[in-house]
Amino acid sequence: MKVLTANRLVDGEAVWFSADNGWIEVIGGAEIARDSDNEEKLRQIGERAAANNEVVDVDLIDVDLDGGVIVPKRLRERIRAAGPTNRLDLGKQATAKDTHAA
Amino acid sequence: MYRYDEFDQSFVNARVAELRDQVERRLAGEITEDQFKPLRLMNGVYLQLHAYMLRVAVPYGTLSARQMRMLAHIARTYDKGYGHFTTRQNIQYNWPALSDIPAILDDLASVEMHAIQTSGNCIRNVTADHFAGAAADEVADPRPYAEILRQWSSVHPEFSYLPRKFKIAVTGAERDRAAIQVHDIGLHLKKNAEGELGFAVYVGGGQGRTPMIAKKIRDFLPEQDLLAYCTAILRVYNLHGRRDNKYKARIKILVHETGTEELTRQVEAEFAALKDTELKLPDADIRAIEAYFAPPALVDRPEGDEAVRVAGLDSRGFADWAQQNLTTHRHPDYAAVTISLKGIGEAPGDATDAQMELVADLAEKYAFDEIRVSHEQNLILPHVARADLPAVYAALAGAGLATANSNLITDIIACPGLDYCALANARSIPVAQEISERFASLERQRDIGELKLKISGCINACGHHHVGHIGILGVEKKGAELYQITLGGSGDENTSIGEIVGRGFAPDQVTDAIETIVDTYLGLRTDPSERFIDAYRRVGPAPFKEALYGHEAKAA
Repeated sequence: MKVLTANRLVDGEAVWFSADNGWIEVIGGAEIARDSDNEEKLRQIGERAAANNEVVDVDLIDVDLDGGVIVPKRLRERIRAAGPTNRLDLGKQATAKDTHAA
Repeated sequence: MYRYDEFDQSFVNARVAELRDQVERRLAGEITEDQFKPLRLMNGVYLQLHAYMLRVAVPYGTLSARQMRMLAHIARTYDKGYGHFTTRQNIQYNWPALSDIPAILDDLASVEMHAIQTSGNCIRNVTADHFAGAAADEVADPRPYAEILRQWSSVHPEFSYLPRKFKIAVTGAERDRAAIQVHDIGLHLKKNAEGELGFAVYVGGGQGRTPMIAKKIRDFLPEQDLLAYCTAILRVYNLHGRRDNKYKARIKILVHETGTEELTRQVEAEFAALKDTELKLPDADIRAIEAYFAPPALVDRPEGDEAVRVAGLDSRGFADWAQQNLTTHRHPDYAAVTISLKGIGEAPGDATDAQMELVADLAEKYAFDEIRVSHEQNLILPHVARADLPAVYAALAGAGLATANSNLITDIIACPGLDYCALANARSIPVAQEISERFASLERQRDIGELKLKISGCINACGHHHVGHIGILGVEKKGAELYQITLGGSGDENTSIGEIVGRGFAPDQVTDAIETIVDTYLGLRTDPSERFIDAYRRVGPAPFKEALYGHEAKAA
């Protein structure tokens, strides 16, 4: 299983590709490719988005589903999806907390 | 301090305008990422895990209060309220938007700062002893020479596309606080028998995946030959350095593969052709640059001893801090103050905007408007009257900046690691934080004595682990973090590269392993005056291996 990720050109924000919402700022809701055909589709979407100067550093990353939640296999990608592990007040994890609090 | 002349200012302004245009064209889609990337890197703009990163140059680690306030302003306005001071005496911002970077560079230019040559295969920020101009053991201030090298190396047309990056460090004392022997060129400023200034020249040191100690190729180079000789070294490197393999492209590999004797011959041959050209530094020019670094007018403040004594009786915290974080100044009524950016459990080298503002205020009020960034990721007030130390301490303590741990085990160097860095394989900061918490007791740290612990999150060794008395290198093994420990490294006048002690440790084992190593040292040192590094050099790795892995050998 793979999802498509990149950093947004204008501000560097880590983003993931969602079929419904385009490039989104959290990994939850990212489009999951479960076979090579869909991987190829995502790869082409990424290529086009880079060519259109929307995003940079496009990558297809391996993920698992844990109770319906997308969890990247590599620690590097888990940190990208959450934020620095020493600063829980920064990155996506900080916003997620705000959402819960609201 | 050095002040920009008209040329410097217009050059920096022009570079900002140039990058602004490049950013605009990139955002408009007129240039591709492949075209833009080398341009942004030339201006210190990286892309990391969460965002862009901007690395700002702090030439030879010297800042004024005004400049520090601007760094705070940038942290507050364009970033997330903090910055990270690095082992190259620079500062990095971890969250700037690309669209804001031209504005940030404008702000920096307004205080004579920039981000030029903080990346790329060029001559990087020249570093120097952070106690330059203050240390009692100094022959002369190394910073004028660092400034001369900065001017010479800035957009040097011949040396802007070297085989790989190139780092120069200068020290002005026998006691090397600038780690010159692990630099591409290390310069040791000294005097000859006639009392003339010159340099011992070291070449080909470095860390990274192939750590090497630099070779001394000149015992005394007259100061007027500095640029001719450095040009000769760079020419030999530029011509013969390997461009076929990124991992073999640093000058250390060239020195190693060519041999010191042959390389020296080549450098000397180039030098002979350059010696009497326009590269020869006129004495008047050296002295003119030196004048920018004229020491502040230090008035005698003999009441300092009594003030320090009384404050020490009054406050245990002050006494501890004064004992640990002061360095002897050439003027007996003054001290150089180390402001620890290694609060217990905190990320090494990080400072908030409020902390930066406070340090700027203190510099202005008590320290002749001078601040230094040390390559050990602390800040320094180089000239503080001893009589003012109680006030400085009180202000620092109120901002969480008075941790009394300079040169102790919790004064850890750590790179940003996998929490931020796109190159990292493992995290560094949480490892530093856990070790710091474990050894939080100052009494225990003092008992252990001087111990340099350095952590890198990948083989590029930004955390200088190779020259840590104890070094920790994070790697990725089977998808998980693993930490290799090296022992016996040192980055001073007796430079040595640490040796891997054995198999690595999982994240939840590494602090225990460090504690085992420290306890082993405490058990075998001849007396408390024998430092960890001295004890290691005396006994070698065997007792440490036994303590870490002995039970496994017995079980097998």
